[in-house]
Amino acid sequence: MLKSLFWLNLALISGLLLGTYSYAQELSYSVTISDHRFQPSELSVPAGKKFKLVVKNLDPTAEEFESHDLKREKLIPGRSEATLILGPLKPGTYKFVGEFHERTAKGSLVVK
Amino acid sequence: MLATAVIVLREVLEAALVVSIVLAATRGVSGRGLWIGYGVAAGTLGAVIVAAFADVLAAAASGLGQEIFNATVLFAAVAMLGWHNVWMSRHGREMAANLSAVGAAVRSGAKPLYVLSAVVAMAVLREGSELVLFLYGIASASPGQTIELAVGFATGLSAGLVLAAALYLGLLRVPAKHLFIVTGWLIVLLAAGMAAQASAYLVQADILPSLGETVWDTSRLLPDESILGRLMHTLVGYTARPYGIQIGFYAVTLLVLLVLMRLFASDRRRRSAL
Repeated sequence: MLKSLFWLNLALISGLLLGTYSYAQELSYSVTISDHRFQPSELSVPAGKKFKLVVKNLDPTAEEFESHDLKREKLIPGRSEATLILGPLKPGTYKFVGEFHERTAKGSLVVK
Repeated sequence: MLATAVIVLREVLEAALVVSIVLAATRGVSGRGLWIGYGVAAGTLGAVIVAAFADVLAAAASGLGQEIFNATVLFAAVAMLGWHNVWMSRHGREMAANLSAVGAAVRSGAKPLYVLSAVVAMAVLREGSELVLFLYGIASASPGQTIELAVGFATGLSAGLVLAAALYLGLLRVPAKHLFIVTGWLIVLLAAGMAAQASAYLVQADILPSLGETVWDTSRLLPDESILGRLMHTLVGYTARPYGIQIGFYAVTLLVLLVLMRLFASDRRRRSAL
């Protein structure tokens, strides 16, 4: 019992370490918010890979990056940036909006 | 204006429902209004501070500070709710028999009101900081629309308070001898839902594995963003598209709390039999 717990732990820890390691070499993309619009509003990313999405908010006001498709809701304070770790995703289009300015702040990730 | 009201309602709802459950759970306790008031005040103050340092928080832990902060606050709330319920299972029986006994227990310093006060503060803190930033954003972006903003805010806030009051008044209709059983269950479900949400934040921070990206999808039936979806999210932990690990955290929290409550309750029974 104790022994199997030990192995389970070891597996978990090495899994975590591996995850962090592989993530360090992962892809990174970025999107900018200015005048409550995403730039670019469409971004292509590869399917089946984990990647980083850095959202830079150039506006003086906060925005909330919200995506039902990606299951994310993240606040990005004015004039700062936030990182999202996404994927691996299946091919398709994943929409996102800026919740605080939903009329103009719209974008999508096209996963191929 | 309507858009503002809807966003305010969404942000306010969870905290408002937590306050009504806590109010019902402390029925008959003297000084509860004050403690809950402290909780709301501390939470609001904390929300303003967190909002002021939002950029620092967002940049912390290589851009994942927000997720880690949210998960920490949620886990702390889960621990406090659990502690309250264990305490209640030890002392609740005699209280249910006589509501005024609760007041006596509190005067003697037995019922941990500060625990519930902290839970209220954390609920207000988490949702409140987003609300502060949102309001600050539109206020500074469109200075001419202050009245519109104020009306939107007031509408959203009152809608949230009405829903919370409805829950509280509904709970008051529960006969006194069952009230603490009902509020006890509500708190267990609230805590399980919070633990599940905390685990989702940790998945998003890449700290925990998702164990299944989307176990089910009921987002057409009851979307998370809808008011009913939000309501169910707070009350029972509803999520339209949960990660596998969220279900695990939900089940484990539920189980651990129920076992602890049973253990402490029977411990007491055994002692009184001696």
